[in-house]
Amino acid sequence: MSSKILMRAGLLALVAALFAIEPALAQEAAKEAAPAAEPAPTLDTGDTAWMLTSTVLVLMMTIPGLALFYGGMVRKKNVLATVTQSFAVTCLMSVLWFLVAYSIAFDENPSEGLNAYFGGFGKALFSGVNMDSLTGTIPEFVFATFQMTFAVITPALILGAVAERMKFSAVLWFTGLWLIFVYAPICHWVWGGGFLSEAGVLDFAGGTVVHINSGIAALVACIILGPRKGYGTTAMAPHNLTFSLIGASLLWVGWFGFNAGSAAASNALAGVAMANTQVATAGAALAWMIAEWIVIKKPSLLGILSGAIAGLVAITPAAGFVAPSGALAIGVIAGVGCYIASVHVKKALGYDDSLDVFGIHGVGGLIGAILTGVFASAMVNAEAAAGASVATQVYGVAATIIYCAVATAVILLIIKAVIGLRVSPQEEEEGLDVALHGESVQ
Amino acid sequence: MKVVMAIIKPFKLEEVRDALTGIGVHGLTVTEVKGYGRQKGHTEIYRGAEYAVNFLPKLKIEVAVASDLVKKVIAAITGAAKTGQIGDGKIFVYPIEHAVRIRTGETDADAL
Repeated sequence: MSSKILMRAGLLALVAALFAIEPALAQEAAKEAAPAAEPAPTLDTGDTAWMLTSTVLVLMMTIPGLALFYGGMVRKKNVLATVTQSFAVTCLMSVLWFLVAYSIAFDENPSEGLNAYFGGFGKALFSGVNMDSLTGTIPEFVFATFQMTFAVITPALILGAVAERMKFSAVLWFTGLWLIFVYAPICHWVWGGGFLSEAGVLDFAGGTVVHINSGIAALVACIILGPRKGYGTTAMAPHNLTFSLIGASLLWVGWFGFNAGSAAASNALAGVAMANTQVATAGAALAWMIAEWIVIKKPSLLGILSGAIAGLVAITPAAGFVAPSGALAIGVIAGVGCYIASVHVKKALGYDDSLDVFGIHGVGGLIGAILTGVFASAMVNAEAAAGASVATQVYGVAATIIYCAVATAVILLIIKAVIGLRVSPQEEEEGLDVALHGESVQ
Repeated sequence: MKVVMAIIKPFKLEEVRDALTGIGVHGLTVTEVKGYGRQKGHTEIYRGAEYAVNFLPKLKIEVAVASDLVKKVIAAITGAAKTGQIGDGKIFVYPIEHAVRIRTGETDADAL
């Protein structure tokens, strides 16, 4: 009872605070818009068309892509709860991105010192974004919505690690707070003019911001929640891998929006990102399949799907910096590396990362981010290749891991203390579909 | 009157049905069941996690026939369902005390 009241009070306070600061924000935005020294870039309709398309593709990655990929891997009694989480998180992240997170990620903080770490509040509620606002050669509305779809998928990815046991209210509080306090600042560090972009860290489409970030948060979250009831002793086989195949395929197709869309233009850079994405993904899927075939003696569907996702993850930071031969190398290394992490390392360490978010997104992201420094190609991007170094990449990865792990743990421990993170053992036994949502699949 | 109940491999259903139709049996009830006998189960592996699947999917068919037909029915089912591999299934026969056709109210032999 008291936890419900606290939840509602918290929500009200958040909304009230946002409305209170809005007039001040509007003024700041007006000041910012005044100086226009350089010749302003003009709108390019080709670029805009591609970015509109990319935005839709990336949204499709979460709903229904990720929802089905995860939904197929859980037990039948939890499938609706799992897909509901993806769908509800899509809605909540979209609203929060509009309200405040876009601004934290992409507004310039009036204080130069603070701008290294997080943006200002000048773009809260998209204030100052109007029909003439451009980001590069595309309307800012398109840019903000494109980025919104990244903010949607990143928290949704984490939930695979805590599948089949987290309370729905805790899911919403966690992903909401995590977006504002972890995703948006790290997004600002790398893409919003923060200290990692200043340091020259290369992250084309979100290896650090999306995948290492969600992978580390997933590891922290599954350790704090603890394993599922009966983990290691009862059967927890996926209930329908055909769903997972559809989901993984939608993720793959949607990923062209993610990676080629991150060129923010309709040009050769988008083209090489597209080619790299396809080559790396196919290479990784085959690598995982073959590794499993050798070790476990059977090439499984779940294995080849997992390998494909590992390849997509690993090529993400590198997509616009490497040549296709580098992409194939990154894919193959990620396929084998993520296989070892998800199958053998997890078993040895004993944590219950239910759907292997850390093993695939965390480890795949790490491999991709570091190998971007190795395979950056002057043919693709001369400037980036000249500045690329493994040391700088490791610096970016380390900063992300440390901040993400600490902040994720703090958020989860606060939620645990206030409303609790897990469903009751009885609810877990019964299945989240009936216990939390009053629905079931027959 | 007897019920001949057989547990068979799911993919053998059509052959069994054809064999029974061939000897003049025109009614059959099929249920999807799970179980194990000497075949035991098998192992499934998902991302390295091994699960023993002890109960395998089978079909249970039930035929109610006059007692003098039982041997022919058993021969038909055995002939059609046999692969020679472990897990082909089993046949059980048990007596029927009473039978009624709901539509007409006919009983016993007339109801079969």
